[in-house]
Amino acid sequence: MEINLSVNGSQVARDVTPMTTLSDFLREHLSLTGTHIGCDTSSCGACTVTMDGKAVKSCTVLAVQANGSEIITIEGLSENGSLHPVQEAFKEHHGLQCGFCTPGMVMTAVDILQNNPNPTEQEIRHGLEGNFCRCTGYHNIVKSVQHAAQSLNA
Amino acid sequence: MIPAKFDYIKATSIDQAISLLSQHGYEAKILAGGHSLLPAMKLRLNRPSVLIDIGGIDALGSITDEGDAIKAGANCTHYEIANSNLVKSHVNVLSQTARVIGDVQVRYRGTIGGSLAHADPASDYPAAILATDATISVRGSNGARDISATEFFQGIFTTALGEDEIITSIRFPKTANGTYVKFFQSASRFAVVGCAAVKNGNGIRVGITGVADTPYRASAVEQAYDGTTSAADHAIDGVDVMSDHFASEEYRAHLAKVFVRRALEQL
Ligand SMILES: Cc1cc2nc3c(=O)[nH]c(=O)nc-3n(C[C@H](O)[C@H](O)[C@H](O)COP(=O)(O)OP(=O)(O)OC[C@H]3O[C@@H](n4cnc5c(N)ncnc54)[C@H](O)[C@@H]3O)c2cc1C
Ligand code: FES
Ligand code: FES
Repeated sequence: MEINLSVNGSQVARDVTPMTTLSDFLREHLSLTGTHIGCDTSSCGACTVTMDGKAVKSCTVLAVQANGSEIITIEGLSENGSLHPVQEAFKEHHGLQCGFCTPGMVMTAVDILQNNPNPTEQEIRHGLEGNFCRCTGYHNIVKSVQHAAQSLNA
Repeated sequence: MIPAKFDYIKATSIDQAISLLSQHGYEAKILAGGHSLLPAMKLRLNRPSVLIDIGGIDALGSITDEGDAIKAGANCTHYEIANSNLVKSHVNVLSQTARVIGDVQVRYRGTIGGSLAHADPASDYPAAILATDATISVRGSNGARDISATEFFQGIFTTALGEDEIITSIRFPKTANGTYVKFFQSASRFAVVGCAAVKNGNGIRVGITGVADTPYRASAVEQAYDGTTSAADHAIDGVDVMSDHFASEEYRAHLAKVFVRRALEQL
């Protein structure tokens, strides 16, 4: 099936089978391998991208369901070669170790801050419920999101 | 993981979805948010050969004030329900329920119609559906009908929905005072036990999910209610309590009483 969608601001048209997940589409068809596949069963959140501005687990969306939508992946966050404030905060505050969960964490954090520019620690933890990290113990991730909120509001 | 081969059809109207469903019979499945169906298909627990996507049908997507009730279209996402001002002011128990389903990403995609049709015994909505005495409106090739909350749920993954019927909307009578409390499965966040309670005149209505293979109205609690929390002891009267790797029968029975008590405390 032919699908047309916007990915990181560029219009793309591709022929996909209905069985193709959005995560496979991004990685295999568009070579955007920043979107990671952890569990492939909608549990871990590593594959999170935004679809029409909302964080979704791309392993549990069919590419054909994303037809006509606007997708932003981790590759689409930086502008003119400078990191997005959320990425900058993760780097600065050790919000990652192995980095596997990071693209999903960052995309979900971007969604949280869009809806709630001044989240409490509790709201950040609640917002990140669908994203698992096996390295950091979460504290520095939460701290990174808090700092990102400050710099986005500055 | 890749699901077994299927054809995908994007339906543009309710009528088209129903006619496709009757045309393809049991080979076909409705696709709404996909957050129960797609994981099951990837695990090959489910192998429909045709998926009928109702996600783009606008007529299934709104929340409206119907005077004495709030009507939610089947395609309303958990996120939309949790954040709707109409739902917050008139059926607060539903808003509280939607807010604790899964995680942010699941709430953006998953729909109330999909959740009810799927009828996972650990799903959250059934408690609120029963406690508010909601009505489920469905449509099929034989026309439209309404199904009461108590008739809708029939067992594990089993409902009163006919083969070629789809849920179109759910009607919630306005209820001022209500609450939903839940004991989360530690990994998936589904409900090991979930209890919704609402004031109903001088009495209460109580819906319980997660405890038995079918969600139920806790009539024994409702009858014993005397304004205190002692009625919670009747949470599982006459109920066959489930046992699984999340909670043994004994533990679940205990949790049911604790969570009914907590709900009553908040009324
Ligand atoms: C990680 C994760 C955590 C979750 N946690 C929870 C939780 O805590 N609590 C909870 O309650 N749920 C939870 N869920 C399930 C989630 O709420 C699903 O969104 C919901 O059960 C199904 O809705 P859907 O729109 O995604 O339906 P789909 O997956 O698209 O469909 C589910 C079933 O319903 C049928 N269907 C869909 N719409 C209709 C309709 N209008 N009429 C007739 N049949 C229809 C489909 O054919 C299919 O059989 C979780 C899911 C995931 C992936
Ligand atoms: S890979 Fe999609 S949620 Fe884990
Ligand atoms: S940094 Fe390794 S999983 Fe999160």
